[in-house]
Amino acid sequence: MLVLTIYIAIFVLAYVIYHLVVGRSASKLGFNARKTVTFGDESAVTANRTASVISVVAIFLIWGAFTGSSLSPVHVPGPFVGDTSFSYTATNPQNQTDEATVYVRVGFIGEEFGKPEIPDNKQSVFAKDDAMKVGAWRSGLIRAQNNDDGGKIKGYRITAIDGQPIAPKQSVEVLDGVVNMTAKGSLSFVPNQGWQMEPIWLPAPETIVSRLIEISRDGYQNVALSENIGWSLFRVVVGFLLGSIVGVPLGYAMGLNDWFRGWFDPIVEFMRPIPPLALIPLVIIWFGIWEQGKISLLFLAALWIMTISARAGVSGVNISKVHAAYSLGASKLQILLHVIIPNSLPEIFTGARVAMGVCWGTVVAAELVAAEKGAGKMIIAASKFQQTDIVIMGIILIGVIGFGIDILMRMAEKILVPWKGKG
Amino acid sequence: MTEANQSSLHLDDQSSLHIDDISMTFSLPNGSAVEALKSVSLRLAAGELLSVLGPSGCGKTTLLNILAGFLAPTGGQVVLNGHQVTGPDPERGMVFQRGALFEWMSVRKNIGFGPAMKGVPEKQIRQRVDELLEIVGLHDFGDKAIYELSGGMQQRVALARCLANDPDVILMDEPLGALDALTREKMQGLVLKLWKETGKTIILITHSVEEALLLGERLLVMAPRPGRIHKEYHLPFAELGVDADLREVKKHQDYGNKREEILSMIWEMEEEIMGRKE
Repeated sequence: MLVLTIYIAIFVLAYVIYHLVVGRSASKLGFNARKTVTFGDESAVTANRTASVISVVAIFLIWGAFTGSSLSPVHVPGPFVGDTSFSYTATNPQNQTDEATVYVRVGFIGEEFGKPEIPDNKQSVFAKDDAMKVGAWRSGLIRAQNNDDGGKIKGYRITAIDGQPIAPKQSVEVLDGVVNMTAKGSLSFVPNQGWQMEPIWLPAPETIVSRLIEISRDGYQNVALSENIGWSLFRVVVGFLLGSIVGVPLGYAMGLNDWFRGWFDPIVEFMRPIPPLALIPLVIIWFGIWEQGKISLLFLAALWIMTISARAGVSGVNISKVHAAYSLGASKLQILLHVIIPNSLPEIFTGARVAMGVCWGTVVAAELVAAEKGAGKMIIAASKFQQTDIVIMGIILIGVIGFGIDILMRMAEKILVPWKGKG
Repeated sequence: MTEANQSSLHLDDQSSLHIDDISMTFSLPNGSAVEALKSVSLRLAAGELLSVLGPSGCGKTTLLNILAGFLAPTGGQVVLNGHQVTGPDPERGMVFQRGALFEWMSVRKNIGFGPAMKGVPEKQIRQRVDELLEIVGLHDFGDKAIYELSGGMQQRVALARCLANDPDVILMDEPLGALDALTREKMQGLVLKLWKETGKTIILITHSVEEALLLGERLLVMAPRPGRIHKEYHLPFAELGVDADLREVKKHQDYGNKREEILSMIWEMEEEIMGRKE
């Protein structure tokens, strides 16, 4: 909630500041600027690049601020770290009271730190000072009465913390945290957690970068990063190619022949809406969890998309083009090669882009279920060891690669079918 | 009606087109039948220029599709050069309203498509295409992509592509319908020039009375429901337009009279259709 509020505040603030600073003077020269009707005119709405930059910066700023990152100039309050103490009042069975202090040292988990020293200035009667260490964002349990004189006798109990009365299952706020009393009378100290996220939930951006460098150098669980990603890409490419090799001719046949159309229509229309992920259990039963299973799954994911786009490509051919070709003396085979296939290419490329996207999503999911190597395997293995930084790094890598695939497909489209959308 | 009705078939006449009592009846899904064409007969000698005019629904496009061989008539036959038309053939070239060009090929490839399909050697195709580019006034545009050309230029390519096959008959389905008025007038001049220079038989379908008058030695006015030939004219304007400015031809006294006559004829038919619908 807090993060969302801050995010919205940054959005509004950036908008206001941008329009105050840049004002209306900025882009008054273009044709769009002369339009009086812009609301509803989609062509007048172009992405404001300043907004895009601020948006990305804001995400990293919030991420950094809430993880104590060194990249971010501002931070929300972090967890309490350092030495603190609280006093407790013990009451013995004879109803005599005495006070002692618990010295606490709070440090980050994974860093070496010991219990604090107990200063030797105590003039207590029977209660004795204690020392404990607690990890930041965690809590520490101490039975403070254990070292007191007569502390283990029945009826000896702690009745107040820092002068505020306490009983089992109650809690008292102290200077740097909260003291809870368990049902059996032990004390549990929870140091202030602040607003920052613990690295186990969300690591700082630089941790992820350094983890990426480390993993691309040393690999993860004895598998190189390139090998993990290479396997995922290999499966996608093989599955997609197999799906296209079967799907495109099938789509052509469905577009050109009524018997094929009638025969495969029910199958295609039934299979198309099934999410490939829903097929994983069946594919595992039939083909096992290894390469054959995953490639079969990706084959099925790509097959229907490619079939439908090839069919649409054939159906989309303008009948006068076909008529013209017949009038110019082309045979059926020549019409297929010189008219129908080139005419369907833009449609097939659109399908191929969708299919590659679906395959990439499916391969990661399939690897989450079962795989030896692969991008999905890497993040699911890391999540089992609570290595959140590797999980996030993997997710970002998967996103970047998916985006890269789409860019490559678009570039290929521009080179191979330059007439797309210009018929 | 016309003398074509009485004419018998002369199969010995090797370079002529006989349209012999063509009928076309479709049945609709709701069971009723539509008579798109009823007993249409016509004889064209080689090198004649015929324009066909009529209100929508008079079956003129159906007639053209039958001539091209894309539709088989339910009655009658079309005979060209002594043999019956049964399907599309390069002897009958077609120019469509919107080019129907292959945008994945260059201008040059489009024009050379017909010869290339026949397996004519590359060198000969190139030579022929160069000639045609010159004829239609596109000599600098051979290597352009189709989508880089304007609508008028695309129709020039379509004409050249059709001519590359050296057809006996050229069928044009509203070839200039999608062009602006200025481009259209230029293209009308080009069609007349090509007709005169190549001596092809040309059948042109149009919605425009002016165009039908200019681009028809013979002009057929068709009537709807059932589609039939209503009236035939023999006109001098195409011949005049070969050498003269088309705008001069339009100033001709007779041109104006004929235009008014045909316009009111078509108006009447349209009114009749509207009346029947209500």
